[in-house]
Amino acid sequence: MFRDRAKSVPCHGPDPQTVPGLKADPVQADVYARHSHGLEEFFRALGSEPGLRVLDWAGASQASISFITERGFRLYSEDFYQLLETHFGPGDWYAAQQDQARAARFLEQTLGFPPAGFDGALLWDMLEYLAPPLLEAVLTRLYQIIKRGGYMLAIFHADERVERAPVYRYRIGGPDTLWLSLRDMRRPAQLFNNRAIEKLFREAQSLKFFLTRDHLREVIVRR
Amino acid sequence: MWKRREEETPSRPPVPPSPEPVREPAPPPTPRPSEAEVPRGVAAIGKSVKIKGQIFSREDLYLDGEIEGTVEVPENRVTIGPHGRLQASVKAREVVVLGTVNGNVEASEKIDIRKEARLVGDIKTGRIMIEDGAYFKGSIDIVREAPKPQGAPATRPAPPPAQPGTPGPQAPSPAPPADPKR
Repeated sequence: MFRDRAKSVPCHGPDPQTVPGLKADPVQADVYARHSHGLEEFFRALGSEPGLRVLDWAGASQASISFITERGFRLYSEDFYQLLETHFGPGDWYAAQQDQARAARFLEQTLGFPPAGFDGALLWDMLEYLAPPLLEAVLTRLYQIIKRGGYMLAIFHADERVERAPVYRYRIGGPDTLWLSLRDMRRPAQLFNNRAIEKLFREAQSLKFFLTRDHLREVIVRR
Repeated sequence: MWKRREEETPSRPPVPPSPEPVREPAPPPTPRPSEAEVPRGVAAIGKSVKIKGQIFSREDLYLDGEIEGTVEVPENRVTIGPHGRLQASVKAREVVVLGTVNGNVEASEKIDIRKEARLVGDIKTGRIMIEDGAYFKGSIDIVREAPKPQGAPATRPAPPPAQPGTPGPQAPSPAPPADPKR
């Protein structure tokens, strides 16, 4: 359902199927491109000063690495979803996330960075897959490791009735283009409406919302 | 009519039933040389070898064993084979990773991370290629060569030999990387 809707969205990036390697994996053959105002705004807000540090939770891909490093930025790449699977799977993820010792280990391994080490963070839709106590802890860490005035891009499903949501691999296909490939289907820990998102980022300086045609809310958060 | 036609048709000797066509077995898929075998003329550490310490080489290296320490191949290429497991920092002109590396990698020219590879560490390189399926966790710092100033001489004159007791010319040491800690 999501995919069909998204397919209708015009995109301005190059054809993802022309990207070497993307066809090799059957999961990744299911790649589609969509326009992203959130992505565009994120990089516009971040500026163009070389040497800015960007955290990307989507996992390493040639497309994203090239896009970010060609701007002169320094990239820190992490496959956040895979780390969630490693630490809390298999089984009931959200029950496992309540385990304080496991949650602490997870936080140390994924967000154990020095304070204010990043100018921006691409969080994608990962916050939806965190149970409330871990989500709070992750946000607290994010506020510590992202400089004041830095930016985050987060994505939330706008359809609050969704039971299982598609989990995507996000690649940056261009300044306003995302390449998405389905990697899993999973029930989000919680779904957020605009008010809930505002409450979640209550410590942020500002929030900017973009509602996409495929029923996603892209949110730019200014730390 | 039918009979006449049969008569006109020249008779042929009976053809024995042909046996099942014998197909030659398909040759096994040949993997890329760098994935399965050591390229000729390359110094290699086999997959059953375990080394602790410093490795320094002035020729290409193929590491398919277990290595703990440092690997320095400043002018050449180092390939970490599919069985290679490095708990080491690597410095080379060119690095190809097919196995597992836990450590920082500095490749002055380029680093190539293949789909089966697993690299946890910070990368400093001129160029990076990463295949889908590869696991990477760490920072990427692309170091671009500074353009040579126009009119500058192609080669710098050799510095005078350092006098005893005086420090020799040193390249400016880069600031310690303030890499986010994993």
